[in-house]
Amino acid sequence: MAAPRKNGKQTVFFQSPPVIIAAASIVGAMEGDGPLGSYFDRVVYDTYYSEKTWEKAEQRMMLEAMRKALEKANLQEKDIDIMLAGDLLNQIITSSFTARALAVPFLGLYGACSTMCESMALGAMLIDGGFADRVLVGASSHYCTAERQYRFPIELGNQRPMTAQWTVTGAGAAVLAREGNGPVITHATIGKVVDFGQGDSQNMGAAMAPAAADTITCHLKDTARLPDYYDLIITGDLGAFGKRLAEQLVTQSGYDITERFSDCGILIYNAAQDVHAGGSGCGCSAVVICSYLINQLKAGKYKRLLVTGTGALLSPCSAQQGETVRGIGHAVVMEMR
Amino acid sequence: MPDNSLPVIKQKEQYAKMVKQSMPKARVGRNIFWAFVVGGLICLLGQFILNFYQALGLGASEAGAATSATLVFLAAFLTGLGVYDEVSRFGGAGGIVPITGFANSMVAPAMEYRAEGLVFGVGARLFAVAGPVLVWGTVTAWAAGVLYFIFR
Amino acid sequence: MQFFWAFVIGGVICVIGQLLIDLTSYKFTPAHVLVTFVSAGVVISALGLYQPLVNLAGAGATVPLTGFGHLLAQGAINGVKQHGLLGAFSGGISAAAAGITAAVVFGYLAALTFRPRG
Repeated sequence: MAAPRKNGKQTVFFQSPPVIIAAASIVGAMEGDGPLGSYFDRVVYDTYYSEKTWEKAEQRMMLEAMRKALEKANLQEKDIDIMLAGDLLNQIITSSFTARALAVPFLGLYGACSTMCESMALGAMLIDGGFADRVLVGASSHYCTAERQYRFPIELGNQRPMTAQWTVTGAGAAVLAREGNGPVITHATIGKVVDFGQGDSQNMGAAMAPAAADTITCHLKDTARLPDYYDLIITGDLGAFGKRLAEQLVTQSGYDITERFSDCGILIYNAAQDVHAGGSGCGCSAVVICSYLINQLKAGKYKRLLVTGTGALLSPCSAQQGETVRGIGHAVVMEMR
Repeated sequence: MPDNSLPVIKQKEQYAKMVKQSMPKARVGRNIFWAFVVGGLICLLGQFILNFYQALGLGASEAGAATSATLVFLAAFLTGLGVYDEVSRFGGAGGIVPITGFANSMVAPAMEYRAEGLVFGVGARLFAVAGPVLVWGTVTAWAAGVLYFIFR
Repeated sequence: MQFFWAFVIGGVICVIGQLLIDLTSYKFTPAHVLVTFVSAGVVISALGLYQPLVNLAGAGATVPLTGFGHLLAQGAINGVKQHGLLGAFSGGISAAAAGITAAVVFGYLAALTFRPRG
């Protein structure tokens, strides 16, 4: 027997769509100065956030985002059945330290920059499947921790190409529940790892665009919907060049999304901030979803969103060994009812 | 998506073509100009320092060594203040190629890994970039010496 | 005049580095650039072509990392002249010792003194 809640190849739908009852976001200085600055719950101007190391600063950001989301939902740690979170650091230390502080059952995720959407998709499945009533989801990244793990020390003089992206400093968290007020998650499309042979870690948009396009077209096919069903189709962090590539790829598959297509990595910074192609990192889609997008849904500006978190599965080890950068994209449908 | 009836290798080729077309034009002219100016100015500063030491009465090689040490000190200091990375971000190779860039490549990882301790942090990371430079320089210079020994 | 040539030659050597970065679409990292320049300096110097450049441009030729390679190569060759084959082992590093020690010591002290800004 086919799975009863599966639509087509990769998409699941929820019989009683889980509700995003609260969301919170904390960002760094550059994100706070960006066009979405006023939507975030808190802007932290010190890269260390008064901690000893950048890693600790990122942990503090994620913990505070989680606590803020709980506070907005009028819940306490004990009300949470499962926490799903991930980040970019080795062994996802930010998430596990946060889970230690919250002392809730924890499943760690790694989907690179697609982690926020991955956690929302899985959280919704756990709730609709009847395994949890309330799930805490979240993701974070920090420019300084990511840069020193994946690329170069911060103070090393270096020039970045125009295709390079800027890792967002920030953490986003949301509470999903069986019942409550807020936008609901109606579908999720789990992406495949797609590799079109791009090996340039300074052009991650190009590495992720095929995965994003694959997930978006697969979602539209699985649900037999046309792009105009959605008010906005938004990807996580393709950046300016990756977004253009994804648009072309989706067009080649016979769907025209150009009018309603956007990218969190482009929205989060303005042109004067010299970030080149745009934002990236787990925190990028996490903070944009947990502030601006959910806000716009609640305000009635958008009714239906297709949000595709995009991840570049990049490892310094495999990159140095000459392997390509693999991409992945997970989509969730958010609706205001 | 590229026609998925095609073999994967063809799809990848098609996509590589798309990526190439989408790539922004590198700002080569602008980059070269600033590399020239910044690199030239650092060398000019070196010349002033060199002349200063020679005026103090140091011999040619002593003055050269003192100049290197002074430039290295300045670069280490500016890296500590978080200024030198802006120099190279702006000047590209103009900031990387001079010996000041070499000093920057030692100080930057060392101070950043201070939190990982004095042995595996500062001690090891000081050579993260400088290590390869010393290895290559030492081996090629040794080879030059050996070849000279054989063929002189 | 020496100041002029220091500026121009130093600038041109850096432009070569910039071309390596731009023409490889940034596959050349700072580490690659530094390694290439040191090695190239050694080779050019061993062929006897670097000393004329130093005579012309002074610091314009010694400050770029090719100058560091020049120092290593001349050290190794002079070492061989004075001490035979053993000089190939001792000459290079001794000639460059001041620069290396300065970089290690100041690097270490800077790492202890400063905290990266981020």
